[in-house]
Order: sequence, then C-alpha cells, then structure tokens
Amino acid sequence: MKTAKTVGIVGYGAYIPRNRLKVSEISHVWGGGGAPIQEKAVADIDEDAVTIAVEAARYAVKRAGIDPREIGAIYVGTESKPYAVKPCGTIVAEAIGATPCVTAADYEFACKAGTEAFQTCMGLVSSGMVKYAMAIGADTAQGRPADALEYTAACGGAAFIFGLKNHRTLAYIEGSYSYTTDTPDFWRRSREPYPRHGSRFTGTPAYFHHIVGAVKGLMGELGYGPEDFDYAVFHQPNTKFPIKVAKMLGFPMDAIKPGLIVPFVGNTYAGSTLLGLASVLDVANPGDRILVASYGSGAGSDAFSLVVQDAISNDRRLDPAVSIFINRKRYIDYSLYARLRGKILT
Amino acid sequence: MSVPRYWREIKYRYRLLGCMCKECGSVFFPRRHICLKCGSRDLEEVKLSERGRVVSYTVVRNPPKEYEKYAPYIVALIELGDGARILSQVVDCEPEEVHLGMEVEATFRRVREDGPSGIIEYGYKFRPVIS
Amino acid sequence: MRKVAVLGVGCTKVGEHWKRSLRDLFVEASLRAIEDSGVEEIDGLYVSNMASGPLQHQEHLGAVMADALAVNPIPAVRVEAASASGGVAFHEGVKAVASGMSDFVLVGGVEKMTDRLPPEVASTLIMSEDQEYTAYTGVTNIGLSAILKRLYMDRFDVKPEEIAMLPVIDHENAASNPYAQYPFKTSIERVLNSPMEADPVHLLECSGIGDGAAAVVLGPANESETSDHPLVTVSASAVATDTLNLTNREDPLTLRAVRGAAEEAYARAKLTPRDVDVLEIHDEVSILGVLSLEDLGFAEKGKGASLAASGAISLSGETPTNTFGGLKARGNPLGATGLYQIVELTWQLRGEAGKNQVDGAEVGLAQNMGGVGSTCAVNILRREDL
Repeated sequence: MKTAKTVGIVGYGAYIPRNRLKVSEISHVWGGGGAPIQEKAVADIDEDAVTIAVEAARYAVKRAGIDPREIGAIYVGTESKPYAVKPCGTIVAEAIGATPCVTAADYEFACKAGTEAFQTCMGLVSSGMVKYAMAIGADTAQGRPADALEYTAACGGAAFIFGLKNHRTLAYIEGSYSYTTDTPDFWRRSREPYPRHGSRFTGTPAYFHHIVGAVKGLMGELGYGPEDFDYAVFHQPNTKFPIKVAKMLGFPMDAIKPGLIVPFVGNTYAGSTLLGLASVLDVANPGDRILVASYGSGAGSDAFSLVVQDAISNDRRLDPAVSIFINRKRYIDYSLYARLRGKILT
Repeated sequence: MSVPRYWREIKYRYRLLGCMCKECGSVFFPRRHICLKCGSRDLEEVKLSERGRVVSYTVVRNPPKEYEKYAPYIVALIELGDGARILSQVVDCEPEEVHLGMEVEATFRRVREDGPSGIIEYGYKFRPVIS
Repeated sequence: MRKVAVLGVGCTKVGEHWKRSLRDLFVEASLRAIEDSGVEEIDGLYVSNMASGPLQHQEHLGAVMADALAVNPIPAVRVEAASASGGVAFHEGVKAVASGMSDFVLVGGVEKMTDRLPPEVASTLIMSEDQEYTAYTGVTNIGLSAILKRLYMDRFDVKPEEIAMLPVIDHENAASNPYAQYPFKTSIERVLNSPMEADPVHLLECSGIGDGAAAVVLGPANESETSDHPLVTVSASAVATDTLNLTNREDPLTLRAVRGAAEEAYARAKLTPRDVDVLEIHDEVSILGVLSLEDLGFAEKGKGASLAASGAISLSGETPTNTFGGLKARGNPLGATGLYQIVELTWQLRGEAGKNQVDGAEVGLAQNMGGVGSTCAVNILRREDL
C-alpha cells in the first residue's frame, strides 16, 4: 500500500510507567519456570491507557513543534480502554489542545491497533483531508494471574504524528503492507477481565505466519531485501519471538537490537511495536531505512518501510528518549503489583 | 459526582490554564474574574508553566471518600515558573523522596472515579522532572 | 448601638451521641442556655451549623430548630461559615441585639459528625475549601494544615516538640471538663508517637470527630436584671475573611483573617493582647493554634510554639488558653465549636469554671476559624462588675 503523496512522521513521543516487576517475582508467586523477559513496566494506581496515551501524545506534539490545533485526526489503538464506550481519543484530543476541529476514535486489533492507526493517518494526510494526524498505541495489558501472559503483559505506549513529507519530516514512509486472516490465537470476550490464548498456537500459525506474510509482501512490493534495511522492529510479545522472526526473514541481530525493548519493558500490547520504533528513531541517522512489522492477534500484521531524514538530527531529540523511560524505574513486589493492577478484591 | 461540574473544568485541568491580569500581570490558578492584587476585571486566559518547585507538602494517609484507593499520596503546594501557585498531588515519587524545593513537572493522571460504572475524572498531577 | 450581654449559656458534652439527633442535641443546649439566662421569651434564633446537608441531608435548620424549640413564629436563620459558624453566628446575634432589631436572641450551634463514616466526614470537612481545585487534589483539612506545619518548621526552625505542647495543654485542661470529648492527659511523647495523620501532623495534633451543641442567650446589657449571674458583656465582635485557596496567599503562614478580625476587635474594645485574661484559640490542628497565637498578637511570627512551650498559655500561665480543652480535647463539633468557646469564656468570667477557673478573669477572647483561615471570628467578652 502506497500513499498518493508521501507521508512521514513529524513527531513522536513515548511513555513508560515507572513501576517494574521482575519476572522472578511472578515465578516466586506462581512457580513458573521460564523467563520470557527480565522485567515489565506496570502502570501506577492512577495511570491507564488514556494517561499513557496523553503523555506520549504531549511529547509527540513537543517534538513535532506544531500547533496541536493543526492535528485533524487522533486515533488511539488499545485493548485496555478505561471505558467500553466513550473514546480515549477525545480525552487525548482535549488534553493536548487539539479540540474541537478534529476527528477522534479508538482502534482495537489486539497488539496491532497502533499500526492500524498509522495506516489511517497516512491515508487522511495523503488525501489532504487533514494536515496532521496522530496515531497512538497504548495499553495497560491484561494477563490472568499465573497465566503465561502475566509474565509479559506490561504498560506503556507511544504516539506518532504524521504529515506530508517535507524538510521537517523525521522519517517518511515508503510503503505499507497488511496481512490479515481469521486466526483466533488470542482473544478477550466482552466483559471478561483477562484474555485467553491458544498457547503454542500463538506461534507458528499466528505470529510468525502473519509477520512473515506482511514483511515478505512489503519487501516484494518495494523490491527490497533484508539487507536494504538498517533497522527492523517487530512486535515484541517476549524476547524470543522477534529474534526468531528476524532470523526467519534474514535480518541480523544488529538490526533488531536497538528496537528490542521487551526484555526491560515487557509486552505493552498496542504500544509494543510503536515503542520499538520510537527507540530506533532515537538513535537512527539520516538515510537509514527502518522496517516495522506489528502483529495483532486475531490476526494480522502491518509492515512499513521508513526512511530517516536529516530533520532527525537537529534539536528534535530534546524530549525524553525511550531509554530514559526504560531507566526511570522503581521495583515493586508482587503484592503491590496485585494492588496496582486491581487483582485484589477490595 | 457531577458530570457537568467535571466537564466544565476539563480544559483548565487538562491543560493547566489559569489567568493573567492584564493590568498588573499577576497570574492566578484557578481562573478568576477579578484580580486579587489590583482589583482589575481585565483578566485573560493563559497557559501556565508546567514546571515548578515544591514549596511545602504533606502525605495524606486518611483520605476523603473517592480517594481511598490512591492513599497514601503526596499533596504539595507548588510554585510554578510563572509565579502562580498550585496545589497538586505529586506522583512517581516516594514520601521519603519529596523535599522542599524539589523540581516538579505537570503530568496527566486519573484523579478519581465514580465507582466502577461512573465517569473517570482525569487531570493534572505533578511528578519529579524526568529530563 | 446597644451594649450586648451574654445572659445565658449551655452546652452538651462533646462525644459520640449515638442515640441523639441533631435536634436532641440542639434542644438540650438551648434549653440550658435559656434556663441559665432567666429570659422568658426570645425573639430571634441563629443556628450555627456547618454540614447538616451532607451529614444528615437536612437543610433549613433555622425553621427546624425554631420548631423544635416551639418558638414559632420568631425569625430563625442558619449561619454557616465552616468551623467558624459558631463565632460568626454569635457575631450576627450581637449585631441583631446591638442594633435594636432584636432584644433577646438565642444563638445555638450544633453538629453531628458521627452519622457518617470517617472518609465521608473527611469529604464533608474539605467542603470548607474550594471543591474544584483544593478538594479535587484529594487533600484533607489536616493535610492543608500539615503543609503549613512543614513550611513553618522549616522557616522558623521549630521543633515538633514545641508544637506538640499545644495538645498537651489542651488535654491537661480537658481532664477536669465534664463536657470534654477527651478528658484525659497526654504527653509530648504520646503526641509525637501517635500515628501520622498527614505528615508531619500526628493524630494527637488533630481535633477528632464528635457531636455536640452549645448555645448562648444574648440581650441588651441594661436589661440584665433577669440574670442572677455576674454580668458578662460583649466588648467587641469582629469577623474577617481571607482567600479561600492557600495558593493565593502571599505568605501562607500569615492568617490574614485572624489578623484582620483581631485588629478590629482590639480597636473596638480598646484593648491589647496583654489585657486578655483568658484565651480561646482555634486549634483544629495544633499548627493552626500556633499560627493563631501569633496572628492574634500573643507571639511574634515564628514564636507561637515556643510561647506554648514556655508555659505562658497553660492554666497557671500569663494567658491561660483553651482552659476547657480547646478544639483538640474538649472537641470540635464544627458548627458548635465557636459557641463552646463563648460558653467556656462566660463561665470563666462569671467565676463558674470550677477546677479550671482563672482567678479574677475579667477579659476573655475567643478566636474561631473556618477552613484554613478563610474566615475568622474574634469575640471579646468582659465581666462588667470588676
């Protein structure tokens, strides 16, 4: 999928809550053996997907250096909506001062809701319907106590502002490719607090099949191979999957490492791929080409090819880099985690 | 909890909007109709500085209704960069870490909620400066 | 303007009156005051109360209590100024009699706090502050005082032990007050070892949750033959206000409403703090008592706590203060508190204070505050025959 006019990222912002739970704390309580990551970020008692989205959105606006009233569309991708009905997007729009001439909605496609929003923004900007559009992926991810998901389900998010490519564009998008099938590998029924999943079924027929499909499709359309990319970011439900899919597709470890934050943050669901991309933009140089491939259960993958521009190297890096959020942390124990995530009946 | 009362304050709380006296330049939060310093009725809406310093603080341990789940929490009197003073919770900070003169910045948080089915009120809180 | 006399006083014990309603308490205190006054008929009623709305879902207290006292159709009105309601209602009653609009008025205060759970009471108390930008932060009234205390200790290099003297004095005095909520002695150690309520304020620096009612009958001083007691008159009654929000005060440690009301009252009474023989201060939280001592003119800024620590405000000191226990130990039933102060000063000036009597007390001053100093009433009483 290519836009009629070239669209790029003019600003981005990330946010990761301060609390960290070591996976060893979870093993200590539930006796699990594996360690899919080291530690995960946990929202505080007064944080949720909306507050995370607002934080990320504010940093994105600052970095873009634009008047927020010029943002014509805001989409929040999340599966942790504080309200089942009432958009997160309106709260974000109000908080950054983008109201009232703005369209806003929430997206849901498991962990790829944020990249879905990317594509919508690209279309709106390219068509000239809006000057700028903002896509956010933010979650306070759910995982049932003792479930494998509990070891990784984390909180965080990132926001990206899209505009037509010009000299202020940090990175422009060469193309996008989506690969979607009906594959129920992970789901959460309405009014259920925790998702369920198909265990190993989430791997080969789900995560790997769809990402490989999207990335191969994108590279085919653009005529690129893995060697044409300096960085690759994949959805990061754990440390193993993105490394494995990179290997399957022929990307070297060096290309994925800068965007691989899951060992220290956990799986932030809709925030995961976006935080990875933000980490890469924090370090990328003009001319670098970045591959981004999300994965959303249910299932699908959106792949993008981005090229970094000169604007990246000026003062646009003033706002906190993802690494600052990764290093800003306080460790909590399982009992406080249980309280913060509402796992204790009160 | 009253929805219109919350809604009426949204932009001021979300975006930290106060007012400035056009006559004497005093900055106030929350907004008001008449300048406390010079009595002028000519005040305009201004965006307040999002950074400030802790003038004094407390740790609330026995909170009012609707705030129980957040306790204990820090509430501080903060002087903003533009001279306006604001009362706010300070988050991402342990009671042992907060101190007089500490530099803080505005953040966006949940303030309270009307039970499990009512509205969620969001607004400003402050936190130690991130960078 | 006519000179106004306090003809009768009465109150209930402050405490947890589980079986008794707002009306029951009000009627008991009022009947005691009316009986004490010897006045046959009152022609005006002022009811001071802070929070019967949120606590009992009862408004329209003027009519409620006029009916309860069977004094219809006299005019009756409720006066509300948070925990300064009592002092302000007294001020209104004094104005009514002084002006000649009324002859004998009953000013009665009542509050029933135990009908609600503690978090609900905390929510009710903070209604004295700006709901949208102060209460909204989740701060409590004690929390606001704690913010002042920290600032105070830092600026004036004051030790917690000095501030803790205030509750110790209150409890010492309350121990012999049959109407006190907490009639027992305490110590600095116990105060400072009590749980933290809102850092750096400890539980035993705070007035508690209690029910109570207090009432006075006012009348023109020259028609005081009706009373058997030594005549106590109102030398001055003043009320002042300050900004609602602490954030709008140039110096949060100066309670301008206290200063304003005190200055006006001293001027009207032609007195100075040195002339005051018995003092009632509004120590809802000890630090507020300390600041009040300063802004009433009994100590320089920063020296209020050391004044308490010096013994000068103990029962045997130069200016005996809170001689029946103050807000901390007699109790603080909000709307009734200011009238308890008047009742106690009257007992002192009449020489009816029993074990707590200050010998030869001639001038008494009561300071009653609403919110963190947003309203202050200062009332000065004098015994006429000395």
